[in-house]
Amino acid sequence: MTEPDTDPETRYDIVVVGGGNAALCAAMTAAEAGARVLILEAAPKAYRGGNSRHTRNFRCMHDGPLSVLVDRYDEAEYFDDLMRVTGGKTDEALARMVIRRSQACLPWMEAHGVRFQPSLSGTLSLARTNAFFMGGGKALVNAYYRTAEALGVDVLYEAPVTHLALDGQRITRVDYTHDGRAHSLRPRAVVVASGGFQADLDWLAEAWGPPARNFLIRGTPYNRGTVLRDLLDQGLSQIGDPTQCHAVAIDGRAPKYDGGIVTRLDCVPFSIVVNKDGQRFHDEGEDVWPKRYAIWGRLIAAQPDQVGYVIIDSKAIELFMPSVFPPVEADTLEALARKMDLPAAQLVETVTAFNAACGDTSAFHPTELDGVRTEGLTPPKTNWARPICEPPFYAYSLRTGVTFTYLGLHVDETARCSTASGPVENLWAAGETMAGSILGQGYLAGYGMTIGTVFGRIAGEEAARHAR
Amino acid sequence: MPDNLYPSPIEEARRQAQICNACRYCEGYCAVFPAMHMQRAFSDGDITQLANLCHNCQNCHDACQYTAPHEFALNLPAVLAEVRQDSWEETAVPRALGQAFHRSGTLIAGATVLIMALLFWLARHLPGEGTGFYAILGHGAMLAIFLPATLLPCLAIALGLRRYWRRVEGGPIRLAHLRAAFGSAARMRNLAGGHGEGCTFETGAGFTHHRRYMHQLVLIGFLLCFAATVTGTILHYIFAIPAPYPVFSLPKLFGVTGGILLCLGCLGMLRAKLAGRAELQARAVRGGEFGFIALLFTVSASGLALYAFGGTAALEGLLALHLGAVLSFFLLTPYSKMAHGFYRLAALVRDAQRSA
Repeated sequence: MTEPDTDPETRYDIVVVGGGNAALCAAMTAAEAGARVLILEAAPKAYRGGNSRHTRNFRCMHDGPLSVLVDRYDEAEYFDDLMRVTGGKTDEALARMVIRRSQACLPWMEAHGVRFQPSLSGTLSLARTNAFFMGGGKALVNAYYRTAEALGVDVLYEAPVTHLALDGQRITRVDYTHDGRAHSLRPRAVVVASGGFQADLDWLAEAWGPPARNFLIRGTPYNRGTVLRDLLDQGLSQIGDPTQCHAVAIDGRAPKYDGGIVTRLDCVPFSIVVNKDGQRFHDEGEDVWPKRYAIWGRLIAAQPDQVGYVIIDSKAIELFMPSVFPPVEADTLEALARKMDLPAAQLVETVTAFNAACGDTSAFHPTELDGVRTEGLTPPKTNWARPICEPPFYAYSLRTGVTFTYLGLHVDETARCSTASGPVENLWAAGETMAGSILGQGYLAGYGMTIGTVFGRIAGEEAARHAR
Repeated sequence: MPDNLYPSPIEEARRQAQICNACRYCEGYCAVFPAMHMQRAFSDGDITQLANLCHNCQNCHDACQYTAPHEFALNLPAVLAEVRQDSWEETAVPRALGQAFHRSGTLIAGATVLIMALLFWLARHLPGEGTGFYAILGHGAMLAIFLPATLLPCLAIALGLRRYWRRVEGGPIRLAHLRAAFGSAARMRNLAGGHGEGCTFETGAGFTHHRRYMHQLVLIGFLLCFAATVTGTILHYIFAIPAPYPVFSLPKLFGVTGGILLCLGCLGMLRAKLAGRAELQARAVRGGEFGFIALLFTVSASGLALYAFGGTAALEGLLALHLGAVLSFFLLTPYSKMAHGFYRLAALVRDAQRSA
């Protein structure tokens, strides 16, 4: 007969797989309900927090001014915003539940150590809808780890989970490695909050084909989907299209992993974008950038070698947020083409044709759809079309940057996972790993953190109730 | 911690500022980031100004997603500390002295105090001309030593600040700028962490106000000691009441309270500095910074000892030590960490001009 408190395998009531926002929300909530909780984080401490460490805000409903949020943002408007970006591919009941609960999240987050700040300079459009974390997502993650540890939650870093043993409708064992050795635990309940699989390029390539190997991964290299695949292989219900991922066009010089926010480039609307053959391929002025931001990842992915080149002139250089790397600069288009390894004659021809198609630019307005468009050009540029003619000329290379994937675990409104035979008694999921249950495609800034917080808390509560 | 990617601190700070400017997550912590985010490119003067606005609270470092082992290897507190340090050394008048103290401050401070104390000890054989301290060293002799020892450093600081002001392209100063700058310094707002919970300087994790409060103890203690000197001077010259003063007199009340606060503050700052992470500070001058704290502590502790044991045989020795420490402190002010107060104020004034 072993004492439950000393048997290392049953020492914990709940094991939380993952160490980002959703995992921490679940762990804190469960610990507050009296459960003994262990977090198994695959990353080393310096990189703990998954993609959450790169986030900056969460989208929050509010009936009136709330903390740093101004005015009001009600359920109807929030839901409309969501439907617009997902094209209706949304689970309405779950989405509305997340929206409604987001309001109570803000004070809860503050009570658990998160501090907010007014929307950052350059992000005025989000001041009403998104509450920014002071210091960003890593500061949030740090605060949550401090709070969790004060609540008695144990944390193991560099402890990737390799297998969750499903026996009938129960998870009976958690296998993980730590310090070079294999370990097992037998908790009463398990919360999976270990993100998507975007850092596993082989898996991405299964869905996307070989071009996926040229993608850059904007977030953590530790979201390899090991547990997700392990569970799907055991028959857990899945949701989401494996080819769906949040993919944006980022600076081609960004690191392969973990480049985060600073690699974004906001200059596309004021540019022309060519492929490696020096040809344009899409309307750069289709809509204001925040709305088009997420389609350019796919557009670039469809070009040869999955690379694009954004070309602007000196008129445009001050019009967008500065980015991490300085642009390549030259006094002539030919010189610019040489520096960028583009066919010079073709680039000049493309720019000349574009310039010739530009008309009256007096109505140019950088932050509004100004209708300053090209005539007789294919593809057209339908806004902000000003000739590229004032040296120096600047160029950035663009590559596809993947933020997260949508394929994941299907959960119900209690965050519980299931198989074809029904719910799994003691398995809950939260965060990116189940976000596909709500969003089928598209993305609304800050909604991922809202899902993680709402479902993390639900999963923690449900798991603690089960473990009692 | 990897070495900086560029050999010059200003170049390295520029590289890092470019990354910060594309991220902006730390905007709410302190005055550095709003100032930084107003620009796209950073001149040497811009970087110098940002460096002097930074109070090394380290909140941004602990919140940063790009610190080592990330390949961007951001360490803004350290690189700004280096730039700041260089800016004080380069604008000091004369420059050579600035460089010397910051690099080997403890040694210089110790040696100066010893030499000065020795001189005062020897000077006790000069004929006295009064009672109390003045029986040992006449008032005229003290004045002859301390008046130039106060004015010359003031002049050096003024020249240094003028160099700084040119470098950061400061404009004409208005009352509102001064009000904003002194208001910020009085509350040490840049160590409040933006959320008002302090900084991670000592813990690397949780926020505390310890360093902020200790700094203000030193500041208030110093100002009280200064007030003691001023009121003493007024009593001496205007009311013709020479020292020694009774316990319930302004110079004594200011001096003793100030001395106690200064002592406690110095010990607190010393503890904070020991607990702090060396790799987030300007490593080359850590020695000089400890030297400065030790000097300030010696000034205040010897002053208090003089008050407590002035009636004993220790008087002569203590007086020599105290006067030696005070004189060293004055002389070293433009070249020691003491200079930071003036440059910080200048930076806060400049920042008030920016945000006006």
